[in-house]
Amino acid sequence: MGQGWLQIVIFLVVLVALTPLLGSYMARVYTGETVMLERVLGPVERLLYRLFAVTVSDGQDWKRYARSMIVFSLFAWLAMYLILRTQTIHPWSNYLGKTFHSGTWDVTFNTVSSFITNTNWQYYGGETTLTYFSQMMGMTVENFVSAAVGIAVLVAMIRGIVSRSGSSLGNFWQDLVRTILYILLPLSVIVTILLVSQGVIQDLSHYTTVHTLAGGEQTLAQGPVASQIAIKQLGTNGGGFFNTNSAYPFENATPFSNFIEMLSIILIPAALVYMYGKMVGSRRQGWAIFAAMAVLYVAGIAVSYQAEQHGTPAQHAAGVSTRAISGSSGGNLEGKEQRNGVVNSALWATTTTVTSNGSVNASLESFTGLGGAVPIANLGMSEVVFGGVGSGLYGMLVFVLLAVFLGGLMVGRTPEYLGKKIGAREIKLVSLAALATPLIALATAAASVASAAGRASIFAKGPQGFSESLYAYMSQANNNGSAFAGYTGYIQPNPGNLGAHGVKFADIVGGLTMMSARFIPILLVLAIGGALAGKKVTPAGPGTMRTDTPTFVALLVAVVILVGALTFFPAILLGPVVQSLSTHLF
Amino acid sequence: MSTVQHGSTVATGHERRAISLFQHDIVRRALVDSLKKLDPRVQIRNPVMFVVEVGSVITTVTWLIQVFGGKPLGGGYEPAWYTLVISAWLWLTVIFANMAEAFAEGRGRAQADTLRAMRKETVARLADGSTKRASELMRGDVVVVEAGELIPGDGTVIEGIATVDESAITGESAPVIRESGGDRSAVTGGTRVTSDRIVVEITQEPGKSFLDRMIALVEGAERRKTPNEIALNILLAALTLIFIVVVAALRPMGLFAHTAISETTLISLLVALIPTTIGALLSAIGIAGMDRLVRRNVLALSGRAVEASGDVDVLLLDKTGTITLGNRQAFQFIPMPGVPESELAEAAQLSSLADETPEGRSIVVLAKQYGIREHDMSQLHAHFIPFTAQTRMSGVDFDGQQLRKGAGDAVIELVESEGGQAPPELNEQLDRIGREGGTPLAVARDSQVLGVVYLKDTIKEGMKERFDQLRAMGIKTIMITGDNKLTAAKIAQESGVDDFLAEATPEAKLELIREQQADGRLVAMTGDGTNDAPALAQADVGVAMNTGTQAAREAGNMVDLDSNPTKLIEIVEVGKQLLITRGALTTFSIANDIAKYFAILPAIFISTYAAGAGGEGPLHVLNIMGLGSPRSAVISAIVFNAIVIPLLIPLSLRGVRYRPIGATALLRRNLLIYGLGGIIAPFIGIKLIDLLVHNLLGA
Repeated sequence: MGQGWLQIVIFLVVLVALTPLLGSYMARVYTGETVMLERVLGPVERLLYRLFAVTVSDGQDWKRYARSMIVFSLFAWLAMYLILRTQTIHPWSNYLGKTFHSGTWDVTFNTVSSFITNTNWQYYGGETTLTYFSQMMGMTVENFVSAAVGIAVLVAMIRGIVSRSGSSLGNFWQDLVRTILYILLPLSVIVTILLVSQGVIQDLSHYTTVHTLAGGEQTLAQGPVASQIAIKQLGTNGGGFFNTNSAYPFENATPFSNFIEMLSIILIPAALVYMYGKMVGSRRQGWAIFAAMAVLYVAGIAVSYQAEQHGTPAQHAAGVSTRAISGSSGGNLEGKEQRNGVVNSALWATTTTVTSNGSVNASLESFTGLGGAVPIANLGMSEVVFGGVGSGLYGMLVFVLLAVFLGGLMVGRTPEYLGKKIGAREIKLVSLAALATPLIALATAAASVASAAGRASIFAKGPQGFSESLYAYMSQANNNGSAFAGYTGYIQPNPGNLGAHGVKFADIVGGLTMMSARFIPILLVLAIGGALAGKKVTPAGPGTMRTDTPTFVALLVAVVILVGALTFFPAILLGPVVQSLSTHLF
Repeated sequence: MSTVQHGSTVATGHERRAISLFQHDIVRRALVDSLKKLDPRVQIRNPVMFVVEVGSVITTVTWLIQVFGGKPLGGGYEPAWYTLVISAWLWLTVIFANMAEAFAEGRGRAQADTLRAMRKETVARLADGSTKRASELMRGDVVVVEAGELIPGDGTVIEGIATVDESAITGESAPVIRESGGDRSAVTGGTRVTSDRIVVEITQEPGKSFLDRMIALVEGAERRKTPNEIALNILLAALTLIFIVVVAALRPMGLFAHTAISETTLISLLVALIPTTIGALLSAIGIAGMDRLVRRNVLALSGRAVEASGDVDVLLLDKTGTITLGNRQAFQFIPMPGVPESELAEAAQLSSLADETPEGRSIVVLAKQYGIREHDMSQLHAHFIPFTAQTRMSGVDFDGQQLRKGAGDAVIELVESEGGQAPPELNEQLDRIGREGGTPLAVARDSQVLGVVYLKDTIKEGMKERFDQLRAMGIKTIMITGDNKLTAAKIAQESGVDDFLAEATPEAKLELIREQQADGRLVAMTGDGTNDAPALAQADVGVAMNTGTQAAREAGNMVDLDSNPTKLIEIVEVGKQLLITRGALTTFSIANDIAKYFAILPAIFISTYAAGAGGEGPLHVLNIMGLGSPRSAVISAIVFNAIVIPLLIPLSLRGVRYRPIGATALLRRNLLIYGLGGIIAPFIGIKLIDLLVHNLLGA
């Protein structure tokens, strides 16, 4: 136990130490300061602008910014769909010399929608469904661009908050290119090298057939894994190269690679908060939001770790020992890698679900009721605790504005944030943005248990089956991508997609869920940025509600919890809560 | 700019208009109105309460179906009495909400009735001898009003001086002086001339008199939703929407767990969750805010101005009459070398004979002590030069002499333009008096400076505390004065004001407001003179004194009937109270939901996943309040939800108290009371109601 906590503390200390370093670097990237890498990549940057035929010095108002973002995302969607549907002609199509067919249109619709929205929900198993070409040109490329879109939208919103004149939120193309070139690419290179050093594979070899000690035969999938895993974690994407995601040694080889991957998951979301403070001209504002996020994050880690270490009532009733012994951490080890143990599984599960990453190194479905409730609660809070790259902070800023509105009234002034008045237009956009994700999640989860077509995807019975379904739609609506395994959207009797068919309800409703829950909030957030841009700033005085005090942090935490709890409390009762209160095994 | 304030200058407005909440006829009328407001066309304007009304209708229909032996909509067996009880309490919830609004309106209406009684039809005598009905008077008509007559319409005195009884409007029984020219020329229709005779030029259009506007305002006829009220309404509608989805999603989710939930219980859950408390009280809070101002004798000409007053960052206050008592008294004559003191005294007296300001009179009084007799003005054949803001001097011409008294620099300039030279002692004296906080008036005859009159001004008691209070509220005070910088600095320091604008001209004042606004600050000011009008119009909150000119009253967005410039502090407090009350009740309303979930959800899911049929399932442990039975739990939650509305009516009409303790401390305090309190209170309330409902009534 003590050693487990020590690991958690070390992880958090490293995270907090790196946050300002990366954060201030990113602030420089977006405020037009020259960064060192420009000497090397500057020509590439300019070349790309010429390629896109854009003049980056032109600022875009929120509508033009949004239009560019949509055009770009649409193009990326179509390109990826085309790639995944033409697998028969891909080079390096080397699955034991057999031809890869393309996945069915419905599962491809789901997959493409999933990667374009930074969700990486996977109804397919990577190694049995996708060619190396699809992995590299489809998945990996989308991992970069969907992450960059999220960050760009955040930066645009921040510019709106800061701007005192004009309506420009910056230039989408410039933000996109600079994010990829100066942030995602260099970090990915570093993380890839670190992962390769730990034994994560990076090749284009044939799958290998090995003879196991037990005398059986096993196919070991290969591939350009490390490079994809780096951006999968850094860009809070989460889509595994392999079906078992980061529980598989070829994706996550050692305790150090595990540490690096966990850190990569949350580093950029954390650093963006610091960047925010710098960009609005008050680091305290950034740290206040960071504090609110950290409170919720650490609480999640504590609950998850304690619950997994303790085990379930059903395990105790069945006489299963959950005590730590030499060589085993004890606790609930069902669905966990022995080498990761309880602490690194719980820490990963919390980290991957507060950020909308969704990669896993253990089976969430096998978590205890309470331990499994932590990921659900994190999803219920709309992924604003650090959250996805960009999307986490812009989601949190929506909650900040909501908290400012309530709190601002209570100090006797019409609400204002960083000196800007929050009026009817802002609050309309804020309400819609705050409620869109929970609303979509609830409606689709309800539809999925209400219809026979939806129930077809459920594997388990009773509350566990309900949790699968609820989690599936909460995860997709939050663009997270982690799953309570068991919820099925693709049935593949043979590797290589031959004879496979998709579950239409799950694939299509899921795809639409991810798209609407990604792009509706993005448009609303850009509109908020547009509404705030150029607004007059009232200087702060003793009568102004400060948003960098512990009181405000407490209010913000309360608002985030309250909105999530009030929306999902009934649903969570019927899933994890029933389960953790019952000795019955489902 | 006026240096004189008339009328009552009591620091706190008298609450003569206070009308008890539970006055008999108001209650009766409110009850009737709250039934009338059940009209769905009225309810639709308030989305939260509209949802409750729709729920009431559905449950009533369900009950009727049950009574006639039919099967109610949806699943889940519930007896007819349960449906009836829920339905009745849902109707009561809507009625309570209507009652809150009706009470708030009722108080305003009672005041409007009093005012309407004053609007008697009179016949106006026009200056050309003809007569006209008062209601037909047009802008520009000139009427004559004599002692004992009602002034037929709003206007400006263009001739004569008279005492006017304005008690009907201001509640102040002492008659006030109204005279042509200057800053007290405005008269209001419906007030009575008690002595002398005045000629008034009508400045209103028919039916748009001050009194008409006042009636419309207190009655709420012109009430439009204010910007913040609109924003809050949007938030409440959004919350309602999400709870509709939550409740709608609960049915299929329940069915998946083999739990059927009746329509009635689902509607109960929905009504319990949506923010009915604030939804019911929101408009009452707004009306009450206006009403609180009216009771302080301030008429806000728009609800927007009341809201804005809570946001005021900068307060411009005239020094004279606001910070100081205003009647600067002549204290000493300081002759220049070679000038006998009596010569200075006489010159000062002569130049002040026509000066009716208290300063002028005090000079005459002081001169008497030097044995200077009062001169008879008509014998002197003197020509009087009145004070203007541009020349900053006044005086008299007679016998070929020019006597002038006024601001030091103005007099020096005059003397130099006449070829004379001011002695160095003059500047010494001017500086000294300025430093001491007094006002020096230089006196000159033609090109010779005779000396200085030392005027002393007294700072009102308690001003320092008021400014401290304002500072704690986050409001910066700027003193506006025509005095020189030294004098202004001295008084600013003594009174504790944050900043000052010295040697202020109307242009400088307007410029100052624009500057502050360009920096994003909201500016409030008071004014009464015609030359205050541009600044009053420019300020975000412009409070015109009722004693002021018609131009000032039209430029401002509030009128203070007491003409008390320190009233601004109370106006700001009312604005802040209004916003705090909204925020506090919204927080309370949302925080209540937690307890309601813990009451209703265990009731719904009591036997979900139970081991045996009819037994208790695992979720029964969530009944942490130990409520008697599922039905009693739902009923108790709905009853609590309904009765909390009338219980909070007094608070929403009175307003949550504002404390100038700094924003963070205030936020913490209100979060604890209304946030934490809002979480805890319903646990207790619902439990108590359940004890009653379950044990006494057997539900």
